[in-house]
Amino acid sequence: MSVPSNFDEFLDGIWKQNPIFVMVLGMCPTLAVTVSAVNAISMGLATTFVLGASCLLVSLLRHAIPKQVRIASYILIIATFVTVVDYAIQAISLDLYEALGAYIKLIVANCILLGRAEAHAAKNPPLPATFNAIGMGFGFTLGLFAIGCVREILGAGKLFGISLFGEHFQPWVVMVLPPGGFFVLAGWLIVFAAFEQYKSKRIQGVPS
Amino acid sequence: MNNDTVANILLTTILPGNFVLAMFLGMCPFLGVSQKLSTAVPMGIATAFVILVASVSAYFLNMLLVHFHLEFLSVITFITVIACTVQLVEMFVKKTFPVLFRQLGIYLPLITTNCAVLGVALFQTARNYSFAQSLAYSIGGGAGFTLALILMAGLRERMQLSNVPTLVQGAAISVILGGLLSLSFMGFAGIGGGE
Repeated sequence: MSVPSNFDEFLDGIWKQNPIFVMVLGMCPTLAVTVSAVNAISMGLATTFVLGASCLLVSLLRHAIPKQVRIASYILIIATFVTVVDYAIQAISLDLYEALGAYIKLIVANCILLGRAEAHAAKNPPLPATFNAIGMGFGFTLGLFAIGCVREILGAGKLFGISLFGEHFQPWVVMVLPPGGFFVLAGWLIVFAAFEQYKSKRIQGVPS
Repeated sequence: MNNDTVANILLTTILPGNFVLAMFLGMCPFLGVSQKLSTAVPMGIATAFVILVASVSAYFLNMLLVHFHLEFLSVITFITVIACTVQLVEMFVKKTFPVLFRQLGIYLPLITTNCAVLGVALFQTARNYSFAQSLAYSIGGGAGFTLALILMAGLRERMQLSNVPTLVQGAAISVILGGLLSLSFMGFAGIGGGE
């Protein structure tokens, strides 16, 4: 197998190893903050920043960190960047900060971050590690956005706060409540599974 | 100071405000370790213990941080305490229940990154709970997490006997089950005087 280029590393996270739909990681923020598309995107971008920055640092320090304390060191690196993001969001938009609440700080406990640091950044040079991390982050953002859109359209009849269906639309309230998050996620997982099945059937169908 | 009574907090966190089903904290083990009842129960208890220790230490740490005006260090200190507690539990389980240790596998160290644990520490700080209130919050949270995990494991053991369409197999069916559980827990709304 040839060495994957930086661009391949980037694409990997968005599609082939999409953290939400393929690896099913980082479910807490996925379900908790996706009541609207704006929340979903900002959460995704915040996670992307933390992911990229911490993977870069982990990768740069990968020879300096002793093996026994690596997990603790990764967590500390991640927690530092999360604190940075937490205060940055508070400074930029207080409304957004209140909407996301403690879930910004909970980025620390997102499995994607520790997983990436341990499985990829600790073994690769800084450049591919960062590209991979940012790709993963965008894949995560994409997933959050997909769920957030569906929940906002069905649950509030709006997208980005703009009303779509006029005033006679009866909102499907359960979609913005916790169970709706589960159901929309399940729906997207089924769509992905159906697509994979279709693709593998098509590959088998081609005579070699 | 928040003035919810201890009993209210306890009931709310177990039933209508269940950590997993209403607040989406601790989804990874909820989906990952809930295949069998025999692993779900010890996992739930281990997590509940870590939540309790984390909550108590977070309460005192927060007092210390507020005293020195170092609130911005809260995330870092909380997660360090949690990581140490998890290490302790891991060593304890490895020594006393080696079989269980192998069954739980990667999910035991992953309690560190369980949102429920950090979530308790952060939410109790954000809501200004007193010591008794935080204690009730963490015990309720741990019990609620264990309850959700056990219910889910029971459902999934039943699912093995039924014929699930290939498309929905794997993660999707677990997420749907979680949704149904969450829907039924919404029926508890109002218990404990919460919103």
